[in-house]
Amino acid sequence: MASHLSIESSNQGPHRKVRLLELRADIPAGLYFVAGASFIGAFILIWLILTALELVLPMFLPGPKSVWLEFVRQIREGILLQDTGASLYRITLGWLVSTLLALPIGILMGNFRFFEGLFEPFIDLVRYMPAVAFVPLTILWTGVGDGQKILILFIGTFFQEVLMIMDNVKGVPREMIEVSSTFGLSRWEILYHVILRYALPGIWDTFRITLGWAWTYLVVAELVAANVGLGYRIMRAQRFLQTESIILGILIIGLLGLFTDMAFKAAYKRMFRWMDRKG
Amino acid sequence: MTEPMLEMKNIWVKFTPAHRPEVVAVEDASITVQENEFVSLIGPSGCGKSTLLRAAAGLEQPSSGIIKVQGQTVDRPGADRGMVFQAYTLFPWLTVKENIQFALKKTALTSAEKEDRVQQYIRLIGLEGFENSFPNQLSGGMRQRVAIARALVYRPKILLMDEPFGALDAQTRLLMQELLLEVWEKQRSTVLFVTHDVEEAILLSDRILVMTTLPGKIKSEINIDIPRPRRLVEMETSIPFAAYKKQLLELVREEARKSFGYQVSSGVA
Repeated sequence: MASHLSIESSNQGPHRKVRLLELRADIPAGLYFVAGASFIGAFILIWLILTALELVLPMFLPGPKSVWLEFVRQIREGILLQDTGASLYRITLGWLVSTLLALPIGILMGNFRFFEGLFEPFIDLVRYMPAVAFVPLTILWTGVGDGQKILILFIGTFFQEVLMIMDNVKGVPREMIEVSSTFGLSRWEILYHVILRYALPGIWDTFRITLGWAWTYLVVAELVAANVGLGYRIMRAQRFLQTESIILGILIIGLLGLFTDMAFKAAYKRMFRWMDRKG
Repeated sequence: MTEPMLEMKNIWVKFTPAHRPEVVAVEDASITVQENEFVSLIGPSGCGKSTLLRAAAGLEQPSSGIIKVQGQTVDRPGADRGMVFQAYTLFPWLTVKENIQFALKKTALTSAEKEDRVQQYIRLIGLEGFENSFPNQLSGGMRQRVAIARALVYRPKILLMDEPFGALDAQTRLLMQELLLEVWEKQRSTVLFVTHDVEEAILLSDRILVMTTLPGKIKSEINIDIPRPRRLVEMETSIPFAAYKKQLLELVREEARKSFGYQVSSGVA
């Protein structure tokens, strides 16, 4: 016991060697964080130097200061809030519609070979079609309102999401389903109490990933016939060479995407504590 | 004359994999297991013994043949047959207690009775104090003990076990065999047990059925006349045990060699 303890304490000691390039080896949590933060810091620093020394024309790459000023202006004039609200609304709806359809269809496809055979060839075909190519068609079909933007976001996410949910459901071990049938449970009870419960963490991760994709489709969705939205603001700024507005828009979209991702991850940790409990 | 607990008559199981010829996994196998009898099916890997067990559980549809539980024909899984797999099948989101209780979902017991019953089986497998642990906090042996408790708790007429200790290390395996032996001698039930481990089969069984390599047929049947209660160490060093072991090993290895496809010379040329 004593020797065991001493090994542990020497491991915790200040002279512990950190092997950065050891295959799969762990590193201290602090170092992990510092590394990530300094990379972003270095990126910003290079940006600062390039612009402060005027190595790049401000029209091509404005400095952090002018992006900040643009941020302040958009806040003051209420543009940013309005754009964010409009984009959030479209993303939420587009993703929700996609998810509400992908969930039942994906579950059917993952559990019943018939539904897999019925839907998969069609989905495989459509999912390689670029969402941006649907822009003119969606305008013809649904007009120029929010419906068109939501439809683009839907096209961009649904066909991938449904296949991912199918795979989540298929990941349930066969023996777990079989053993449940020996307890006298019906097919539907097994589906609900066992298959869905087992697949839920994976499905939740699929939600998180597809919501991230929805953010990347935002600009495509607001490409044409929009008069508000973060993506619209970027497209408009392009026309007037307002590069600081473009960079601001990209940063805001990136940050909002990051926050939703973090929220989903935090909820995952709370909901699925049993996943990582170790003795 | 009482009905046998399990009766499988002239069972054939055939598979037709896509683009490949038909495989006969089980050929005309007939098995009877009497009430409170412990019967093992042994044979080389891939001989169809698991398929036969799965057919008894209703998880595999035989191409022909009849399966009866106490005289009643069965063709699908049911709560009259409990099953323990080699793979871990505990629900990872439920605690030990909840996992065992899950098997009582379809019973008419009150929640107090369920609680009692679960506690009784946790004691039986010696996992008091782990009621609220999650499966991934347990060792492989502990998980299989919970799986056994979960298969026993709703009192199925027959317990079907498909190499339940196959994934465990040798030490744990021995302990699990002892535990199962003790549990079974304390609380007799009808068991059909699949294994490729000859010693395990002798230790536990009243009767052993040896299967041939594919297509799996029942090749021979051996009664293990070693009195109970049995104790692992005493038994494994006894003369009758050695005699049974020799007889069974010869039977099994003859089949294994056939499927191995290579004649290992057994003497000096």
